[in-house]
Amino acid sequence: MLAFLKRLWTTIRRPSVHYSLGFLTLGGFIMGIIFWGGFNTALELTNTEKFCTGCHEMRDNVFAELKTTIHYSNRSGVRATCPDCHVPHEWTDKIARKMQASKEVWGKIFGTINTREKFLEHRLELAQHEWARLKANNSLECRNCHSADSMDITRQSGRASEAHQRFLFTGEKTCIDCHKGIAHRLPDMSQSAWHGEKPEKMLKEATAFLATRQD
Amino acid sequence: MKRFAIGLACAALLVAAAAAAAQEHIATMRPATPLAENGTPAPMPKPVNSDIRQVRNYPEQPPLIPHTIEGYQIDKNSNKCLSCHSRTAIEVSQAPMVSITHFMNRDNQFLASVTPRRYFCNQCHVPQTDARPLVENDFVDVDEVLEYVKSKEGAK
Repeated sequence: MLAFLKRLWTTIRRPSVHYSLGFLTLGGFIMGIIFWGGFNTALELTNTEKFCTGCHEMRDNVFAELKTTIHYSNRSGVRATCPDCHVPHEWTDKIARKMQASKEVWGKIFGTINTREKFLEHRLELAQHEWARLKANNSLECRNCHSADSMDITRQSGRASEAHQRFLFTGEKTCIDCHKGIAHRLPDMSQSAWHGEKPEKMLKEATAFLATRQD
Repeated sequence: MKRFAIGLACAALLVAAAAAAAQEHIATMRPATPLAENGTPAPMPKPVNSDIRQVRNYPEQPPLIPHTIEGYQIDKNSNKCLSCHSRTAIEVSQAPMVSITHFMNRDNQFLASVTPRRYFCNQCHVPQTDARPLVENDFVDVDEVLEYVKSKEGAK
């Protein structure tokens, strides 16, 4: 193995014998364009709704639910596709998310949610991942379209404008804090899942508290 | 006999004509389009979204919802209404709290949370639209009835 690496290193280090410098630089440049372009094209191909709904897990569960919501069908005809909300638009963040998605490929291969029952079982966990992500990046994917600066609260209902002034403009809350379940059905929200608390943690706390009381 | 038969025929004709005439004038909410054809549907009325609480026409009336509830999920997993109207949520939302009667089971025992029989909000609470009433409504509020009774008693 070491010998092979050594041989490889000497081959790479040695100046080219047959090819001209012009051929090598130009060839390298062109191949770079082709490889980079190909990589990006393939990446963007996985960033389409067609790709996402190519698997029945997405098509029959979350995509079917999206169709009934305002993010799919509305008066102005502008709509959000899967990657608009679930993949960051900035390149570095996008690559980071795509690397994370290898876990999803694993899930697909081993059929983690390949039936409706399995999907429902995992629904809370999956939703919590997305909520945590949006909470951490201050609802970046919402704000790619819905900017607080362009929001004319005088055209909103009284309730909405008041809530946005109290919580959004002050930075006290971010979009996802109040707008959970607008694009897909909600999982079991009992035990304060609304507020991002884990049911196990709450149960443990409550049990500990009751134990101290019994003494 | 013959005259009787003619009379009977005349009577039958008269009844048939009357029935046909009546059929044309029966008041119906169905539009004039024949059953087998598709008429142009009326424009959908807009939901009232004023956030102004409406008067209850009688004390037991479930309060009307003065805002849109489009897309609100109310099922085993989650109740969107309670995300603002629940006991713990009203401090943040400043919405009216779900009535304490909704915590009572049918034996009038108070439970820790909303009872299953009162869980599905829009079984009783409904939003309104700006649709015009199809028929005139001459409902009289009970306060007016009491005023009327009092005035009659005073006149006596």
